[in-house]
Amino acid sequence: MIPFDYARANSPAEAATLSREGGTFIAGGTNLLDLMKLEVVNPRKLVDINRLDLATIEETPEGGLRIGALVRNSDLAANIRTRQSYPVLAKALLSGASGQLRNMATTGGNLLQRTRCYYFYDTAQPCNKREPGTGCQAIGGATRLHALFGTSQHCIATHPSDMAVALRALDATVEVETAAGTIRSIPLADFYLAPGDTPHRETVLNPGDLITTVMLPPAAGDRQAYRKVRDRASYAFALVSVAGVLRMEGSKIGYAALAFGGVAPLPWRSTAIEHALIGESPSSALFSKVAGELVADAKPQEGNAFKVELLRRTLIAVLSNLTEDAP
Amino acid sequence: MTTDLMVNGQAYSLNADPRTTLLDALHHHLRLFGTKKGCDHGQCGTCTVIVNDRRINSCLTLACMHDGEEIVTIEGLGNPSCLSDMQRAFISHDGFQCGYCTPGQICSATAMLREIEAGWPSHVSEDIVAKPVLTLDEVRERMSGNLCRCSAYPNIIEAILDAAEKART
Repeated sequence: MIPFDYARANSPAEAATLSREGGTFIAGGTNLLDLMKLEVVNPRKLVDINRLDLATIEETPEGGLRIGALVRNSDLAANIRTRQSYPVLAKALLSGASGQLRNMATTGGNLLQRTRCYYFYDTAQPCNKREPGTGCQAIGGATRLHALFGTSQHCIATHPSDMAVALRALDATVEVETAAGTIRSIPLADFYLAPGDTPHRETVLNPGDLITTVMLPPAAGDRQAYRKVRDRASYAFALVSVAGVLRMEGSKIGYAALAFGGVAPLPWRSTAIEHALIGESPSSALFSKVAGELVADAKPQEGNAFKVELLRRTLIAVLSNLTEDAP
Repeated sequence: MTTDLMVNGQAYSLNADPRTTLLDALHHHLRLFGTKKGCDHGQCGTCTVIVNDRRINSCLTLACMHDGEEIVTIEGLGNPSCLSDMQRAFISHDGFQCGYCTPGQICSATAMLREIEAGWPSHVSEDIVAKPVLTLDEVRERMSGNLCRCSAYPNIIEAILDAAEKART
């Protein structure tokens, strides 16, 4: 690790002051310290925000949930409101990392974790995300963990979070306190940036912005699922994952939200296939049609071409499970 | 910088570079050699300790972030003349071969049983709203953050199930 200064913030105002002086926030630290040990990321100053009062989960008057940015992944997954009303979120959290890591990792930090692209982690390799303008070795390289959608000629890395995929299907909003003290509310749909020709810019956050809260509206569907396919049964990143939130109206699908992990630089969502499901009766023909439409846009590499069929089948399986006892 | 740590009930004042991980503080500075370094990247679980009643990877956190906090290492769970139930179960079930991952396995398993007691679901829980039941699959899933390269898993799992049974009765 490169030497750095350490300061602890005891209030959001203090955090803002310290960040204006060039500080990088640290919460759980499970990803940041890993990257610092490898000298992939080299902050000059760490601002420890763990003592800020941002670790509560509260119900909102509208029937949603207000999740503090410092709520640990294990606490959010174990919260009874999450388990009862947002099982897709509880399941996504429980499918990620290990018990020890979930005890440390926070809601805000999980959103901001970096890709596990092998070339991003290896400082001997060029990487446009780590060192803009140096090139992308993943393109034409080892791409088992890499993206099918939303890539550019500069970067094909995936966002590694399971939690963010579920939050995307639940239409979460991220609340941010800027270094100037103003509050911004950013729908998760607008939070992440596609790589384009600036893959080092991953979110719309500005330096010094502090995530304070993740807001969930009431769940729009009572039928929820999170299905993750990976190389081992536990403690591995997704090759492909599908978060589904669905509601039946009589014998027809009344609402559907579908988000996908392991396949894009950000939690991927396709409103086109959601619209194709709404108003229809569940059937394997319908599910095959929409899954085919989803993967029609995929731009695989040689090493991740298997994920196109894997994603198609996983989506069909999730839709079948979500509607299996429908009238 | 100076950090006050309460380790196994004893107060320590640590004077170390901010880069010092909790793992390195315990092992190199406080000379508590029970906590082991495996991968140093949060992938093997060998460095697991219990901080404020929660199991964490001590390699992925800085000692200075834990000023005033309570830390329990393998030395705090028991000693040769007074073993904890989990330590005794690992011995009677031969839950190790080389023994390097064992302190982490035992700290992790001890805290894991409390997570089940608190009703936390897991990835393999069939009903995530119901109180979890400790099964073979639940132990495997909940202990997936602790690797054993000797592959003593069958006996590790037996030891944990046995210790859990003893805790119930």
